Amino acid sequence: MEFLIIIISAVFVNNILLAQFLGVCPFLGVSNKVSTAVGMSGAVCFVMTLATLVTYLLQIYVLVPLGLEFLQTISFILVIAALVQMVEIILKKISPSLYSALGIFLPLITTNCTVLGIALVVVTKEFAFGGGEPAMLNLGESVFYAFASALGYGVAMIIFSGIREQLELASVPKSFKGIPVALLTAGILAMAFMGFAGLV
Amino acid sequence: MALESTVKNMFVSLTVICLVCSALLGGAYAITKDAIAQADVNKQNEAIARVVPEFDNVPSQEMFEVELDGKNYTVYPASLSGETVGYAINTSATGFSGSVVIMVGITADGMIFNTVPVSHAETPGLGAKISEEGNAFVEQFRGLDPSSVVLKVKKDGGDIDAITASTITSRAYTAAVETAWKVFNKIKEM
Amino acid sequence: MGKMKVILNGLIKENPTFVLLLGMCPTLGTTTSAINGMGMGLATMCVLILSNMAISAIARFIPDKVRIPCYIVVIATFVTIVQLLMQAFLPSLYETLGLFIPLIVVNCIVLGRAEAYANKHGVIDSACDGIGIGLGFTFALTILGLVREILGSGSVFGMKFISGDGMLAFILAPGAFIVLGYLIVVFRRLTAKIKL
Repeated sequence: MEFLIIIISAVFVNNILLAQFLGVCPFLGVSNKVSTAVGMSGAVCFVMTLATLVTYLLQIYVLVPLGLEFLQTISFILVIAALVQMVEIILKKISPSLYSALGIFLPLITTNCTVLGIALVVVTKEFAFGGGEPAMLNLGESVFYAFASALGYGVAMIIFSGIREQLELASVPKSFKGIPVALLTAGILAMAFMGFAGLV
Repeated sequence: MALESTVKNMFVSLTVICLVCSALLGGAYAITKDAIAQADVNKQNEAIARVVPEFDNVPSQEMFEVELDGKNYTVYPASLSGETVGYAINTSATGFSGSVVIMVGITADGMIFNTVPVSHAETPGLGAKISEEGNAFVEQFRGLDPSSVVLKVKKDGGDIDAITASTITSRAYTAAVETAWKVFNKIKEM
Repeated sequence: MGKMKVILNGLIKENPTFVLLLGMCPTLGTTTSAINGMGMGLATMCVLILSNMAISAIARFIPDKVRIPCYIVVIATFVTIVQLLMQAFLPSLYETLGLFIPLIVVNCIVLGRAEAYANKHGVIDSACDGIGIGLGFTFALTILGLVREILGSGSVFGMKFISGDGMLAFILAPGAFIVLGYLIVVFRRLTAKIKL
């Protein structure tokens, strides 16, 4: 039950992209086509879940006991960068087909702020799902929350790329071409997602 | 031009940079640690000073904890020439996104003197209005006698006007005030 | 190129927000008011100037293959220092900006300038580039915050000029996207006219 609430909350109510503004750069950059959007979402989902698992363990078992919380940002970003490299190498060896699908998006993910953002959020913020007492998430919940957020990212990204494919065919005033009209569309999409507010 | 990318060079340069950076950070942390702790204390003291009548003691040195329904609440007693004039009570409730932490001041004769939000992560423009200077929602608690009103928003059958479109935040804030009132009654019984 | 020209270049011709479209997350996430936008812009500018200088100074000691991790470590260090200083001396601004302060690390503007400018130029030029790009970013964020604040809560830099609420949608998420979209259009029209 609680996991269901986390999913609904992360995908619809507090969508990481449209409500929290994380990962907007790749959102605008690679959402021209549905196929690239799917690839990017898949890669984000994969890396984010894994990165949150590792950084959570790092925070609880290394940084907190040693009183080194101020090294949080620097160690998390290093872990994420190393992880992305490793995933790339392993994927190349084990599953060339998956690698060819996600490969080109992987290097971009290091500087995708969703990954660092969620890794930092789950270790610093208290959550209250379903109106319960606010509390820090445990390992399982953190990883699941990361997965659900990435899912929300994917949903927003794929819907948006679908709209942008159609937009290509529309005649748009010259100065609105490209990013401006995409931003206006994103605004309307964000408005639609606001309808979910208060659901959980 | 850049050094050659031999394994040794790469290893050495990365290690040196990491070590230097960690040392820098350690230094920065040591310098700012006290200032950060002080900023926290200042914030707490400021909140206390705003919610209780004039006092001449140092409430943060006389603070004590009160247990209510299995949770501990921090109470800062304020006194003027040895006589208690009021209590600043730190309570919280779950708002729209995370905890809404507030400081509630109740005078010795059981009236709410004032309330201020301490920290929250509510939506800017909606729930975050509780932090605006002199907003009508927080002001309505000033001088309220909790024994004669129902501390609930009007939607829930109480006497408190909620912020438009921010019922959840208003509800949390009101609930936290009510908790403080219960804590105050417990202090009276002690 | 003169120092002044380097700065102006960042402010207008290569404005990171309106022209290069970099660093969109903090741009959209923190501009609920002009003050917040400005605070975020200045924090990023500090990091940008410091990291640009440091990277241009050490670039020749770093082997090519590990330069990106090295740059990230340097940037993360400055971000954390700025974060600690803000926490100590500007606690209320720190609380409002929240998560977006540590996220300066992955702001593509900072790494982008390190890679595109700082590692090829001298310390002073890199500092000027940092100032220029930083000012451009601050300028864009302040304008965006100002417009959202005027429309959304009817105030300018925290001073209200109407009673009651503004159009809430502009403070909330959708307003951020829409206002930025229109601002880019306006910026394009203006710069197309003056031709720098």
